[in-house]
Amino acid sequence: MSMLKITDLNVYYGSIHAVKGISFEVEEGEIVTLIGANGAGKSTTLNTVAGLLKPRSGNIEFEGQSLVGVPAHKMVSRGIALCPEGRRIFQDMTVRENLEMGAFTRSDSESLETRKRVYERFPRLKERRTQAGGTLSGGEQQMLAMGRALMSKPKLIMLDEPSMGLAPILVQEIFDIIKELNAQGTTILLVEQNASMALSIAHRAYVLETGRVSMSGDANDLLHDKRVQQAYLGG
Amino acid sequence: MGFLTNLINGISLGSVYAIIALGYTMVYGIAKMLNFAHGDVIMVGGYLCFISMTNLGLPPLVGVLLAVVGCTCLGIVVERLAYKPLRGAPSLAVLITAIGVSYFLQNSALLIWGANPKAFTSVIPLPSVSLFDGQLVISSVTIATVLVAIAVMVGLTLFTSRTKMGKAMRACSEDKGAAQLMGINVNSTISMVFAIGSGLAAIAGVLLCSAYPTLMPTTGSMPGIKAFTAAVLGGIGSIPGAALGGVLLGIIEIFAKAYLGTQFADAIVFAVLIVVLLIRPAGLLGKEIHEKV
Repeated sequence: MSMLKITDLNVYYGSIHAVKGISFEVEEGEIVTLIGANGAGKSTTLNTVAGLLKPRSGNIEFEGQSLVGVPAHKMVSRGIALCPEGRRIFQDMTVRENLEMGAFTRSDSESLETRKRVYERFPRLKERRTQAGGTLSGGEQQMLAMGRALMSKPKLIMLDEPSMGLAPILVQEIFDIIKELNAQGTTILLVEQNASMALSIAHRAYVLETGRVSMSGDANDLLHDKRVQQAYLGG
Repeated sequence: MGFLTNLINGISLGSVYAIIALGYTMVYGIAKMLNFAHGDVIMVGGYLCFISMTNLGLPPLVGVLLAVVGCTCLGIVVERLAYKPLRGAPSLAVLITAIGVSYFLQNSALLIWGANPKAFTSVIPLPSVSLFDGQLVISSVTIATVLVAIAVMVGLTLFTSRTKMGKAMRACSEDKGAAQLMGINVNSTISMVFAIGSGLAAIAGVLLCSAYPTLMPTTGSMPGIKAFTAAVLGGIGSIPGAALGGVLLGIIEIFAKAYLGTQFADAIVFAVLIVVLLIRPAGLLGKEIHEKV
């Protein structure tokens, strides 16, 4: 049984049909990536899974249970965390407080324990723990956003454009961290415009085009596919 | 001594404004709405305390407690019934609703308690403090008001910086979507803020009526508007800003009354607001709002 199973998902923004009958699955332990151009419906799909948007129709199943109608704030305790597009860290709150918010649904002792681990993984966050989130650099903010999502100890972490606006060297660092997280047992659903990077670390991929899945398969195969290369890899 | 007396009275009046302004600013911070009915919650608090003490013969402290509990519930109910259905509606709709709630509360009070002013007995039955051979007399209410305002400020600062719920409140004020992703229930956090703000309004109402003991259905509207002015002056959304704005406004008002005449005082108060906003549109401690592209 898949960990996350999306069936025939339709999402509208007002009258705009943003996601048109998308279906895909994520198995436990996988890195699955959704790639595609701007406006293909990638972020919309993630936001719908996270409960921030309501689907018009279709089903979202996580560990065999439907997530449709579950409010966004109940997702964390189900084991799903979304690291949203644009990071959306709390600018006026310190790094430490941002992390504490990530563990909002957990007890203080669990929070403290996980915070130590997050600091081990991101030593720069530890150095800057008393600084306001808004004063961090872009790369540090991305690390904070990921650290914050990890604070809930999610089974599935959804990352929306983690490389957005970052220098190439930082992009590499972020992707290394994603691989590491996955190696340690977190299932990952990754949305990226940087298709080559995403395909190089993912197990499987789905290509989205104007709200529909146009291609899917093994990430490595797609990386070498002529059509994908032409459309998304500048080849 | 006249100067010192005025200053002390100004700080005391300003403390009441500050307590009310805290409610305005916290609600604005999280719900991004101006709750113009906030001033009328003050009046309801005054009446609840008055009834408890005068009609039911309860001790002042119990009266204050009942007023706080009553207004806290009122705040939650008003939010649920009037504002929650409008979440995501244009801000003009919410603003008009808030004005509607304000009239509703005033007229309900008129219906229940009548138009005749009630003579409020001070909740602090202690004698005045006399200093410098009686040249400086400070009433016990004045002292209590300042102390309560300090306690409220310290309490709120600790609440927002130390407790999980307080931090969740700040998180919701910054980004409701991100707060939800953390597992924070935004609706109940907003309810909590309305509850705190209304409870504070009740305290302010009791203190205000103890200092100026006429209680009518419109008692809350002027202090409400002044406190709103104070919140904007200090920078709406900022808790220290509300306190600073409140105290400044109180001092300005009392000095204007003392040296320029009573009729002129309110005009001066609002003129100060206009000048400050011309120079610092975000208020004294407010942050510049950066529009994200």
